[in-house]
Amino acid sequence: MSQPLTQARSDAAPLAGMDDPLLDVSNIEVIYNHVILVLKGVSLKVPKGGITALLGGNGAGKTTTLKAISALLHSERGEVTKGRVSYRGETVHNSDPADLVRKGVIQVMEGRHCFEHLTVEENLLTGFYTRKASKAEMNADLEKVYSYFPRLKERRKSQAGYTSGGEQQMCAIGRAMMAKPETILLDEPSMGLAPQLVEEIFGIVKELNEREGVTFLLAEQNTNVALRFAHYGYILESGRVVMDGPAAELRENPDVKEFYLGMSDEGRKSFRDVRSYRRRKRWLS
Amino acid sequence: MPDQVLFAMEVTLNGLMAGVLYSLVALGFVLIFKASGIFNYAQGVMALFAAATLVGIMDGQVPFSHLINAIFGTDLHHFGWHVPALLAIVLTVGVMIVLAWLVQKLVMRHLVNQEPIILFMATIGLAYFLEGLSDLMWGSSIKTLDVGLPQGINDTIDRVTFDAFGYGFFIDNLDIVAAIIAALLVIALMAFNQYTKEGRALRAVADDHQAALSVGISLNFIWVLVWSLAGFVALVAGMMWGAKSGVQFSLSLIALKALPVLMLGGFTSIPGAIVGGLIIGVGEKLFEFLIGPMVGGATENWFAYVLALLFLVFRPQGLFGEKIIERV
Repeated sequence: MSQPLTQARSDAAPLAGMDDPLLDVSNIEVIYNHVILVLKGVSLKVPKGGITALLGGNGAGKTTTLKAISALLHSERGEVTKGRVSYRGETVHNSDPADLVRKGVIQVMEGRHCFEHLTVEENLLTGFYTRKASKAEMNADLEKVYSYFPRLKERRKSQAGYTSGGEQQMCAIGRAMMAKPETILLDEPSMGLAPQLVEEIFGIVKELNEREGVTFLLAEQNTNVALRFAHYGYILESGRVVMDGPAAELRENPDVKEFYLGMSDEGRKSFRDVRSYRRRKRWLS
Repeated sequence: MPDQVLFAMEVTLNGLMAGVLYSLVALGFVLIFKASGIFNYAQGVMALFAAATLVGIMDGQVPFSHLINAIFGTDLHHFGWHVPALLAIVLTVGVMIVLAWLVQKLVMRHLVNQEPIILFMATIGLAYFLEGLSDLMWGSSIKTLDVGLPQGINDTIDRVTFDAFGYGFFIDNLDIVAAIIAALLVIALMAFNQYTKEGRALRAVADDHQAALSVGISLNFIWVLVWSLAGFVALVAGMMWGAKSGVQFSLSLIALKALPVLMLGGFTSIPGAIVGGLIIGVGEKLFEFLIGPMVGGATENWFAYVLALLFLVFRPQGLFGEKIIERV
């Protein structure tokens, strides 16, 4: 069912980098603990300077895809068993997470994962760990992060564990910025946050993308917000990419509207109807 | 001042000094537990191993001499030289770092993300292995350790207190040195933890392994680092205890004394290990002195454990353990 969209891709303007992507995931299969097959051949391309969204429900494989890219899978006993992840043409899925951070790819994990007992500022400084820059540069970068997140400056001396969810999300993104990354893999930034805060965070992501030229690959359940800020989207369902296309087109796609935005021509549908519609649709395709 | 009070004061001072030694052992546990969540059962044996290595190097003993002699029919025992104490200490630190690296490379690296109980079992295995290795390398005889630390009763304190109160305090010189060294060690460790990049990384790893990985902190490096630090602390503890009561198997049992200290101070706090050690040291000496006669004595054997038990019931995170931050 992704056919018409893939064809439409060629005439989309902001996707010029698609032929020579910064990050290229091709047909990867991921198995946890040697038995649990989570990704069944996922392929996607992330062009330089774009915001690419990875959408899908719980257990679709968004987080696993991000972790396969950032090489964090290994510490969770997961493994890329087939396919290839390449960054600037270099195979990276078997490397060390620290190497990837040095190459410019850093992940902001789902659920923030701030260092609770460290202060906000110390949290940010840990992002600087892999860099060999001077102290002056460190302070300059710190100020830059504070300019994007003024709220963090106010709370710089408090333990991260005691800050609010929104502040923790900012702290996690700020920490990643301290590594001066080229690409940030952002996992579910909207989790557990009020809609207003979600807007604010996405606004900052957009600003970072436009002003600092940071490339984003973001996994989101909140399809509505993600498709408004992203340039291109992939939709995952139980370990497979089922649909992809420029964000603007995905937003108008009747299937996406139906399944992920809860809208249809006949107005809002009840969940039961959607489910049967979906089953029928699968059967046909 | 009445004699009873003076005597109690002397007992307290001696308790403080003994407490410092408990703290030193507890410190090794805290370092590893904080950074990796591993309760290192082998900490006591590490102290034994470090002390035995130190003596062996100083005496110019040939490592594995029994094994070598048995296989090749030679009769090697000593190189015939004596290594100065300071150089021997530096070499022993080197050995402990190599040991830390091997533990990480051969054991802990393969157990990432396993249950705490599995990691704990691994350290039990490590304890027995190290015990055997220590015997195989340096022989199992009781050795005396003399790195030039002052021994005997401190005359100055004896004289000064005698002039002041008419009653001379008996304080061991070795205990005073141990207290000073322990204090320096703690200050150095805390400064390292608080102000260096590696120290910050270490605390980050202690909080959240996954997040630390995600910002590019190498867990392998950090764990080798903490095992090395713990090895160093074990060496210092082994040196002090070894100088006091000889280097022998019972040295590894000091680890048992560290357990109540940890319950009191909290498993995750360096200052906690120190204060906990002091409280246990003073507590058990004073209890023996004040209450002991009423219950027939020998309270020193159980006092610490009963105190620890009370803490487990009423304040399980200890006096200084990190509060579990829970947002609502």
